[in-house]
Amino acid sequence: MAKKEESTTVETTKIDAKIPAGPLAEKWSNYKAHQKLVNPSNKRRLDIIVVGTGLAGASAAASMAEMGFNVLNFCIQDSPRRAHSIAAQGGINAAKNYQNDGDSVYRLFYDTIKGGDYRAREANVYRLAEVSNGIIDQCVAQGVPFAREYGGLLDNRSFGGAQVSRTFYAKGQTGQQLLLGAYSALSRQVGKGAVKLYSRYEMLDVVVIDGRARGIIARNLVSGKIERFFAHAVVVGSGGYGNAFFLSTNAMTSNASAAIQMYKKGAYFANPAYAQIHPTCIPVHGEFQSKLTLMSESLRNDGRIWTPKSKEDAEAIRTGKKKATDLSEDERDYYLERRYPAFGNLVPRDVASRAAKERCDAGYGVGNTGLAVYLDFSAAIKRLGEDVVRARYGNLFQMYEKIVDENPYNTPMMIYPAIHYTMGGVWVDYELQTSVKGLFCIGEANFSDHGANRLGASALMQGLADGYFVLPYTIQNYLADQIQVPRMSTELPEFVQAEKDVNDKIKKLLSIQGKKSVDSLHRELGLIMWDFVGMGRNKAGLEIALEKIKEVRKEFWSNVFIPGKDADMNSELEKALRVADFIEIGELMARDALQREESCGGHFREEYQTPEGEALRNDEEFSFASCWKFMGEGNEPVLLKEALDYEFIHRQQRNYKA
Amino acid sequence: MDKSINVTLKVWRQAGPKVKGKFETYKLDNVSTDSSFLEMMDVLNEQLINERKEPIAFDHDCREGICGMCSMYINGHPHGPDGEITTCQLHMRVFKNNETITIEPWRSAAFPVIKDLMVNRGAYDKIIQAGGFVNVNTGGVPDGNAIAIGKDIADEAMDAASCIGCGACAAACKNGSAMLFVAAKVSQLALLPQGKVEGAARAKAMVAKMDELGFGNCTNTGACEAECPKNVSISHIARLNREFLCAKFQD
Repeated sequence: MAKKEESTTVETTKIDAKIPAGPLAEKWSNYKAHQKLVNPSNKRRLDIIVVGTGLAGASAAASMAEMGFNVLNFCIQDSPRRAHSIAAQGGINAAKNYQNDGDSVYRLFYDTIKGGDYRAREANVYRLAEVSNGIIDQCVAQGVPFAREYGGLLDNRSFGGAQVSRTFYAKGQTGQQLLLGAYSALSRQVGKGAVKLYSRYEMLDVVVIDGRARGIIARNLVSGKIERFFAHAVVVGSGGYGNAFFLSTNAMTSNASAAIQMYKKGAYFANPAYAQIHPTCIPVHGEFQSKLTLMSESLRNDGRIWTPKSKEDAEAIRTGKKKATDLSEDERDYYLERRYPAFGNLVPRDVASRAAKERCDAGYGVGNTGLAVYLDFSAAIKRLGEDVVRARYGNLFQMYEKIVDENPYNTPMMIYPAIHYTMGGVWVDYELQTSVKGLFCIGEANFSDHGANRLGASALMQGLADGYFVLPYTIQNYLADQIQVPRMSTELPEFVQAEKDVNDKIKKLLSIQGKKSVDSLHRELGLIMWDFVGMGRNKAGLEIALEKIKEVRKEFWSNVFIPGKDADMNSELEKALRVADFIEIGELMARDALQREESCGGHFREEYQTPEGEALRNDEEFSFASCWKFMGEGNEPVLLKEALDYEFIHRQQRNYKA
Repeated sequence: MDKSINVTLKVWRQAGPKVKGKFETYKLDNVSTDSSFLEMMDVLNEQLINERKEPIAFDHDCREGICGMCSMYINGHPHGPDGEITTCQLHMRVFKNNETITIEPWRSAAFPVIKDLMVNRGAYDKIIQAGGFVNVNTGGVPDGNAIAIGKDIADEAMDAASCIGCGACAAACKNGSAMLFVAAKVSQLALLPQGKVEGAARAKAMVAKMDELGFGNCTNTGACEAECPKNVSISHIARLNREFLCAKFQD
């Protein structure tokens, strides 16, 4: 195979993120003071589509309906309560400083910027930190049963990348409780008729009329019917694209299709290469495996991560001649504590993941595959007693035992990194508006706040910040100009054409009648992604990935087999539509990773590392968000750069050692 | 480790809500005992697809026991024979070699079958929409620490709140009652000062909606608690009854 040098076309159009002027701490207040608003009687005349009912989607739909807008909310599962935010375990950050340990809005902002390896926008992150406290108050008012101390006040725990305790939690089910809070607020509005809910619907295209988003095409997953929906503005909170890797901690229906359709209708896709590999997941154990299970980062509060000090012991454990508990203290290498004394087991996720990979690659891994390290609670059980450990992590220990069939109270857990979250996503400006007017993107689906790596307990914060406190304001700045626009007919040619395009695509897929199942092709894509676009990337590997993804695309569009009909419930067809888009995002990830000739956060290019093996940024050349612009099917996308100007923070090499 | 078993599966197939369903029997060999029940179903579906047949429709999503999407009545138990877990967390090591496993959808008048093992649980959403919330809008709420809540109270509210809305309670109940589901939400919010204010009105509205949607009455058989994958206690039903009586007295 002749290797062709991939070249990237770079466009120099200036990207305007619409960041308000003024001092950092005043930008958001200034924005709100001067933005346009919509008066109550006009709100009733404006329709807003919200796609997704996770933390971002549900909170946005509920808040905008409370304000008086007419909301249409779409959900892929049978109930909004099942959106994948539900699976977030550990907690949510806020700058409350309830623990009197020196926390502040500035410190949360600083930690988040640093955690993201200086690849996020200062103004966005500051706003996120600023609204974080309101989220906790809101959730408490809804009846979210956060953990309390004996005195009755809210309890906190620590998470990676911070030296303060600012994480609020509800056992190991924080995402569930926050989502159920947002779901209850949403349900209240559905009951009042302010939100019309469409469950078991999947968005398949966005309809753009005269340069503005005016609706969506969605498939009713029960009947198979393709339907058209109009709105004055479209908001998408459809989550991340981690399932491009086939095996990830995402739910089975988590997909990138809404984001890819937006991209193909003119929204830039930003930083696709930034994917987060979570260090504490249950290791891969068989070919039949359908997903990976996360063990919460909160476990690193009390669990200590180690591998055997000697390769002989590691080998003996792999072959079953020795057990973890046979090794004495001085035969164990607590490598995170050794390498990063200041943060120890609580280094950020990207750092912890790479350190685990380094140990396993060097031959110190455990488990029968050698791709696992230990997460050990024996010291915590000795210090605190089994009851305290059970109260803190009982549900996680139970989950582990059911899957692995080992009791983590007696023997250390085995963990290994897995794809968990995607920092990249649809490009949005300060108002969360994409490069298509009237099309907004919130939560994990956008790229806004986490830079090149997300800190633990910050996803919940961002999803709810976008939905409760940011979008309901910024969308009005857009809608204030739309009050004269009457509701449009879905018989307009743009709607008809978009529906036809979707139908044509479905017919084409069903007509292939090839030999391979959708899952088997998805698995092929996933292996390429994990091998070449995973934790360690390099130029040669990424070029191979681009070639191989092309082959998978060709195979998919010529040899996939989908049973059943289009006008019916058809889960294989649903999966095929999603895999078609995972192939697109997979290619975009590899392309972006190839052009970014530096290491930062979750993006680690093996050619660019410090002598100690840490990520080596190149601020001179790569201090930008890469924004990919779709140029039509079969054409290479064009790269636009949004410069990241650091006005308030001095960038440094990230240091978690001292 | 790495053992495998052969199983015979009797699976309920039903093409649509109005179509008559029946059991189909499938043989599946060399199932790894480390695979989850749903991964076994994936393998079966892959086998069916390779035989150019339609795969079995079933609900599933997070596959880590929290979204509440998976259902399935397995060998006479919602979420299968193992305790305190959902179907997605059930593993094949629980079954014996050459065992026959019977798989049905939730059987409840209020949960009509959509296709095969997939049912419509929209009724649970409607019950929440009738009152399963605190009446607060976004913004303008007091500081999170403004009201102290005892740890024991917060913990008990959390236990009630851990309900995943899967429907196993109603499916397990011989009367098809949704009392445990309703009680979990009423109890969570009645325990907390934020929700206490509307406690009685909430109980009344949610129970009325439950009755309207065709769920049966509670006769305290305890089957719901026994089958609940999240161990939600029937003591919450007692609290619901208290709130409900309060509402009646106020009428």
